[in-house]
Amino acid sequence: MIRLTRDEIDYHALTEGVRRNSCGAVVTFLGTVRDLTGDKETVALDYEAYPGMAEKKMAEIEAETRGRWPVGEIAMEHRLGTLKLGEISVAVALSCPHRADAFEACRHAIDRLKELVPIWKKENWADGSTEWVHPGAE
Amino acid sequence: MTLRVKMFARTRDLAGAGEILVELADGSRVRDLRKALATKCPALAGLLDHCVLAVDSEFADEDTELCSENEIALLPPVSGG
Repeated sequence: MIRLTRDEIDYHALTEGVRRNSCGAVVTFLGTVRDLTGDKETVALDYEAYPGMAEKKMAEIEAETRGRWPVGEIAMEHRLGTLKLGEISVAVALSCPHRADAFEACRHAIDRLKELVPIWKKENWADGSTEWVHPGAE
Repeated sequence: MTLRVKMFARTRDLAGAGEILVELADGSRVRDLRKALATKCPALAGLLDHCVLAVDSEFADEDTELCSENEIALLPPVSGG
């Protein structure tokens, strides 16, 4: 299950949705808005996406993850819009028969999402300034 | 041919628009579009080298040939998650 949403991510429902009787391990990763980047203080992040391509790339990551690990079910959701400190920006939940695969597969899915999916965040710093985050291009 | 190029995040702020129209000769490739964008939007200069172009929702290499029916997007380095 792949979704971009402007609503709060219901990570309990997301996690419940991947549970399978064939799978003894469920791993859920949550990305949340952190207070400090170096010594700069964040009050909020604005997320935007190139929606069609973002969903396509997330679906490819789902297929790739299923191809490499015995995934029972997987759900990936990314929130867009303005998120305040502590709010959840992304969730990846998946199930596998055993925990080693579940941890590895979840790590792979979130790492690939951060590497490939056309989504961007803008920092809203405590001093009132804003800054798009473009790794490698600062 | 006229190409419509979608802009996101800082590239959109620098270009001042969410979509830029670029005129190119038929048969032009991604590398030609990149040069045309640099000329049309000088403000993009520093960031453009770090961007990739997407054609019809797929990452495109510099040799990819373009046509006016393509959905084209200029993607600065991503920062989701």
